[in-house]
Amino acid sequence: MKLSSGTAAKAIETNALSKHYNGLKAVDAISLSIDEGTIFGLLGPNGAGKTTLISMLVTMRKPTSGSAKVNGFDITRQADSVRKSIGIVFQDPSLDDELTAMENLELHAALYNVPRQERKERIEELVKLVGLEKHLKMQVKKFSGGMKRRLEIARGLVHHPKILFLDEPTIGLDPQTRAGIWDYIKKLNESEGITIILTTHYMDEADKVCQKAAIIDSGKIIAMGSPEELKNGLGGDIISIKCDAHEGCREKLAGLSWVKAVLKHDGILNVRVEKGEEKIPKLLALMEKNGVNVESVSLRKPSLDDVFLHFTGRTIREDEAKPADAMRLRRKFMRR
Amino acid sequence: MNREIEGIYILWKRELLRFYRSKSRIIGSLGMPFFFLAILGTGLNNVFPMAGGGNYMQFIAPGIIGMVLMFGSIFSGVIVIMDRQFGFLKETLVAPISRLSIVLGKAFGGATTAVLQGVLIMLIALLLGAQIQFGNILLLLFFMLLISVMFVSLGIAIASMLEDMHGFQLISNFLIMPLFFLSGALFPLSSAPWPLSTASMLDPLTYGVNGLRFLLTGQSDIAFGTCLAVIGIFTAVFIGLAIFLFNRIED
Ligand SMILES: Nc1ncnc2c1ncn2[C@@H]1O[C@H](COP(=O)(O)OP(=O)(O)O)[C@@H](O)[C@H]1O
Ligand SMILES: [Mg+2]
Repeated sequence: MKLSSGTAAKAIETNALSKHYNGLKAVDAISLSIDEGTIFGLLGPNGAGKTTLISMLVTMRKPTSGSAKVNGFDITRQADSVRKSIGIVFQDPSLDDELTAMENLELHAALYNVPRQERKERIEELVKLVGLEKHLKMQVKKFSGGMKRRLEIARGLVHHPKILFLDEPTIGLDPQTRAGIWDYIKKLNESEGITIILTTHYMDEADKVCQKAAIIDSGKIIAMGSPEELKNGLGGDIISIKCDAHEGCREKLAGLSWVKAVLKHDGILNVRVEKGEEKIPKLLALMEKNGVNVESVSLRKPSLDDVFLHFTGRTIREDEAKPADAMRLRRKFMRR
Repeated sequence: MNREIEGIYILWKRELLRFYRSKSRIIGSLGMPFFFLAILGTGLNNVFPMAGGGNYMQFIAPGIIGMVLMFGSIFSGVIVIMDRQFGFLKETLVAPISRLSIVLGKAFGGATTAVLQGVLIMLIALLLGAQIQFGNILLLLFFMLLISVMFVSLGIAIASMLEDMHGFQLISNFLIMPLFFLSGALFPLSSAPWPLSTASMLDPLTYGVNGLRFLLTGQSDIAFGTCLAVIGIFTAVFIGLAIFLFNRIED
């Protein structure tokens, strides 16, 4: 038991951690530290470097430069101790489809040298947690995507890790299953005090689950804090105006003293202001005066999507549709 | 240490479970050798009486068993590619056990399933009337296991260099088939033209087939001691190669 003076023990500490692939800086000198017991989100679009960062932390890939400690162990010099103290749910499936759920879990328990007499009990407890107790004897190839994901989460916990890494735990799942998985994750964190490090590009989900988040883009962390801090950091409200605004109109808005920022994408103007409800009439009047046709107006608090938009000038969704990424995904798919 | 052994054991068990599940693979893998025995063995039995007095069925039975061992074990080794494609490999690569143990678990597991297939085809050969005897069963099983470990290791080494199953056809046509035909499994190569007989001497399966022939019929072109020694050396080299290449896999 460490009696630290106010500062919590660190689950993760990285120091200028980098990974380059033939000149591409997939992870570019990231320094961050994560307190024990937090749910921490790495948020960013496809290709941002989230998986690469996690791969290094779980000792799967070697850093090009920099260093990191996981649970106090150095990821290169004490890889074995790191491995024993963490659980991982990879982005891509990693179960043996031919085996049953039970066999997959037992195999994991043996690989991690869980004491024999404890295996059965732990497995039973975990499958209950993820709601798979009735499917233990079923071959994994007969599982749905959501069941596989839940099984992988249970498997990652069989050896009682102090940190659980989840790389896109809900990708490709239906909304209901997604919500279920986030529930398990929260429950785990609350009941076991386990540190959870997850990546996702669903900003809205991250907002609900994460206690702290880092927004990562092109291998760099561009913002970090609790979702509240990140959103409040932008300040005020966002008025979204759907209109046929031309460039001039945007510039005029940006020039107003009470407008903090104007960002335009997909034909929508996002105007950030304080006390949004008072500014709507002003804005509308202004638009009308300038002969701009307004289709609709809405007022909301900034979301993590807005935070991303603020720091990068793009939305995460635009990024998903970029042809280069589509190519990369297709290649990845073909490699399977 | 205990941890590593437990890891090897569970990966060995995984191979057996997968083997047991894949009934169609077992039947499929025994189809070709069965027809070799049933058609070539019985068909050529009277056409080619062997000089030494034995018959053809007796000659090819050990050869076909050797073939089953080789096919089965190279295939189990090459399956590493599929473990990689379907992601399971990652689960083992980040587990707190050494890569050496992963390779050993896989090699012993694959070899065990190959020996099971070898034993099955041996029984089939008996049913088809091959006159084979079992002098020293333990030695026979050990020798079959050694041949299998050798070829699984070769399979793992190859798999560690390939990204996907596309290369498998190539391996099958340009490695497995020549190894089989040059081994003297179907006909003796000792009096063949020198390029063939030399190639045959470089083929590890030649020593496997001859060793099996000695153990099952008491006759062989190459002394059993030599077979055992050569297979032992090839096994050590291939295991070393498999471990070296497997170590280089990033993910
Ligand atoms: N094995 C690899 N070889 C070469 N480039 C890679 C490899 N893995 C990832 N990359 C590249 O590194 C960048 C970051 O990828 P990744 O970490 O998978 O991002 P994310 O998980 O955030 O989607 C991408 O540009 C990707 O194409
Ligand atoms: Mg990723």
